[in-house]
This record gives sequence, structure tokens and C-alpha cells, in this order.
Amino acid sequence: MTTQTAENVKLFNSGHTACAGCGLALAARLVLQATGPKVIVVNATGCLEVFTTRSPQTAWGIPWIHSLFENQAAVATGVEAALRALGRGDEARVIAWGGDGASADIGFGGISGMWERYDDVLYICYDNEAYMNTGIQRSGLTPFKGHTSTSPAGKVSLGNMKQKKNIPAIAVAHGLPYVATATVAYPKDLERKVKKAMEVRGPRYLQILVPCPLGWGHATSDTISMSKLAVETGLNPLFEYIDGKLATAMTVKQKPVEEYLKPQSRFKHLFRDAAGAEQIKLIQEIANSNFAKFKVEAVK
Amino acid sequence: MVAKRAKNILIGNPGTSLANKTGSWRVFMPVYDKTKCTACGMCSMMCPDGCVHGDKIKKYDPDYDYCKGCGVCAKVCPVKCITMKEEQK
Ligand SMILES: Cc1ncc(C[n+]2csc(CCOP(=O)(O)OP(=O)(O)O)c2C)c(N)n1
Ligand code: SF4
Ligand code: SF4
Ligand code: SF4
Ligand SMILES: [Mg+2]
Repeated sequence: MTTQTAENVKLFNSGHTACAGCGLALAARLVLQATGPKVIVVNATGCLEVFTTRSPQTAWGIPWIHSLFENQAAVATGVEAALRALGRGDEARVIAWGGDGASADIGFGGISGMWERYDDVLYICYDNEAYMNTGIQRSGLTPFKGHTSTSPAGKVSLGNMKQKKNIPAIAVAHGLPYVATATVAYPKDLERKVKKAMEVRGPRYLQILVPCPLGWGHATSDTISMSKLAVETGLNPLFEYIDGKLATAMTVKQKPVEEYLKPQSRFKHLFRDAAGAEQIKLIQEIANSNFAKFKVEAVK
Repeated sequence: MVAKRAKNILIGNPGTSLANKTGSWRVFMPVYDKTKCTACGMCSMMCPDGCVHGDKIKKYDPDYDYCKGCGVCAKVCPVKCITMKEEQK
């Protein structure tokens, strides 16, 4: 197990203003511990940008630039091209980083273009499953039946009506050489995937599930257990696609989805009556189909 | 060559967030019992604020200047030697 050293703590520093227990703040540090200092980060608007750069302070110890909400991929392409034009391509690799809103919705056209051009950029989507920085609005990666301020649970609906958009599959369809999912409860797996992604040239995609105590409504101390349960229930399978083929999928002991849903207030409306119980059955079906799809053997 | 700094562009110096002592946010405080600590490093690895430091010999301590009291370290410690106590200010 790699523990923090004085050297790598400087890549991502304390004093940032993320909420207590923020899974994203943990993910940012773990990613940079794996890449080391030779990276330039292009960061779309969202929590990561806001809580790391309370102007004029910054938590970053590596070169970092804030793009707009929607053009992080285009800016990353420019930074990568500039490094090559200056003959400094071997001094740093480029990482574009955005939330689920920036990645799956508003910035997606630019990301698709970057993948099509086959630019040498690692794209990381940190998935906290809503537009958190502006007060928990639904995104394309908000889970089925999750309550947000724009998919409210009430008399008319029981939360978000759509399932998560399958961005990893869309990435694979673009012909990317490396596509993977990870989450903070498995730091060694995350570290291995970041390192693997950095070994590959061309466009790469990593989607990291990051529990958000504020938006998900769980205890700040439960960030790691929520991240783990998301995997153990099958709702967020961890896998890698190398050159378009499923290369690895994490094997877990399958747990019922209720264990994951219950501690989060964004799902509390599902535990009130029979209508909610019906929806939980549908969520269990999503989990079961993920287990089947990724051939994850459920260890009983 | 000294790089010229563009005007009207906000540039921050690396790690200047360290001036921001987020420990003042704390409501609960993690108290580490070093007699039971096995120095596994799990608390340090998992702290969202990156503020637990130590090694095999010194064992591990939270930096109360930055610790927000989330309780993640207490939950992940395999030997349960971290207790969350109400903050005394
Ligand atoms: C073009 C544009 N529209 C809207 C906003 C307002 N805005 C800032 S952050 C944000 C939410 C970002 O959501 P996500 O990408 O999921 O990141 P998170 O905040 O969850 O970390 C929004 C809507 C903006 N900055 N620019
Ligand atoms: S709203 Fe969520 S993602 Fe944003 S800083 Fe708070 S806990 Fe982290
Ligand atoms: S309580 Fe939270 S912020 Fe404080 S040391 Fe433990 S994990 Fe870090
Ligand atoms: S997790 Fe517990 S046992 Fe491990 S280093 Fe931290 S305090 Fe010690
Ligand atoms: Mg988000």
C-alpha cells in the first residue's frame, strides 16, 4: 500500500474547500499520486475547480488551467498540441478533468471530437452523479430514481426517470485504446488504472465514481462505504476495456441494492410504500444485468 | 529566461491553499490512540483532506489545522483506534 509522502502531498494540497468527506477531493489526490508531477491538468467548471482554487489560492502543485464548463476537451487538445509544437512533448502529459455534467452532457461534443482526432489526452470524468456545484441538478449520469432538485421525488414522480448514460460504452465505440471505471473505495485499483492509462498513447477515458455526502445525503464518514457498496451491489461495476475488448472486471460479493440505497437521502422516497418497493425491484434488475454484462462472478 | 506573466489572468502559486486552515470547520474531532495503531496507513490514504501523516515509527496523526472532522479515517481504520469526539473550542 502506498502511503502519502511529503513529496506527493505537494501535488495536491490540503486547505481546499471541498465539503467534509468529499469523495472527489480524495480521488483528485489519489490520481495525482499515481501520475506523479509530469502532468498538466485542464479542469472544467464544477466542484473540483471551485474547491481547489479559492482565488488567489490553489491546492494544485502541478500546472493547472480552468477552462469553461463545456470546452475542457478542446483546451486540452490545444495544450497537447502546444507542447508538441514547442518540442516539449516529453516534459508533461495532458489530463482533461470534468464532472459528470461537464462530461456526459454539456462538454460531450468536444470530448467526442477529441476522441475522433485521437489526441494524446487522458480524459477523467469524476462522477458524483449530478450537477453538484450549482445545487444538485440532474445530469445524464444521475442514477435511476435518484432525487435531485430537477428530478424531484413527490406525488407525480419517484425521482430521475432515466438510467445512467453509458459513457464508457460510447468511449469504446469511438475506438479508444483504453477505457476504465474506478472508485475511491479501491485506491490500489484506481492507482493501477491511472498508471495503465498513462502508459498508453492516444485518447483514454477513465470514469471515477465519487460519493458526494452533500448531494447523495449520506453521513460524511460513509464516503468509502458508499463507494464500496456501489460496486458490491453491481450498480457501478469496475472494468477495463483495452483496444475495444473487456480486459478486466472486478469480482465482488454481491449485495442487495437496498444496502446501498438506504443510507442515502436521495433514495429515501423508495422506502415509504409499495410503489417505492416496485422501483427498488427495477434497480435490482439494473444491478443484475450489470453483473451479467460484465461477467462479474458474484461470490456468494 | 524569466517567463512573462500575462496581465489580467489569475495565476495562483502552487499549494497556496495551505494558508486556508479548514480545521476551523470541525464539529467532531478524530482522536488517534497510538498504543493500538498498527501504522497500516489506511487513514492517511483515505483522508479526503490529505491531512493524515506519519510513518511506521512515528505512527499516524491528523493535522488539525486542516482536518474537517468528516470521520472517514475512524470508519476505515482496521483496528478501530480512532474515535470521533465532540470538538472543544
Ligand atoms: C455554460 C455554463 N452553464 C452553466 C454553468 C453553471 N455551472 C457551474 S458548475 C455547474 C455544475 C457542474 O456539474 P458537474 O460537471 O457534474 O460537476 P460538479 O459540480 O458536480 O462537480 C454548472 C451548471 C456554467 N458555469 N457554464
Ligand atoms: S458538493 Fe459534493 S462533490 Fe462538491 S465539494 Fe461537496 S461533497 Fe464534494
Ligand atoms: S476526520 Fe476526515 S478530515 Fe479529519 S483526519 Fe479523519 S479523514 Fe481526514
Ligand atoms: S488506519 Fe488506524 S491502524 Fe492504520 S495507521 Fe491509521 S490509525 Fe493506525
Ligand atoms: Mg457532478
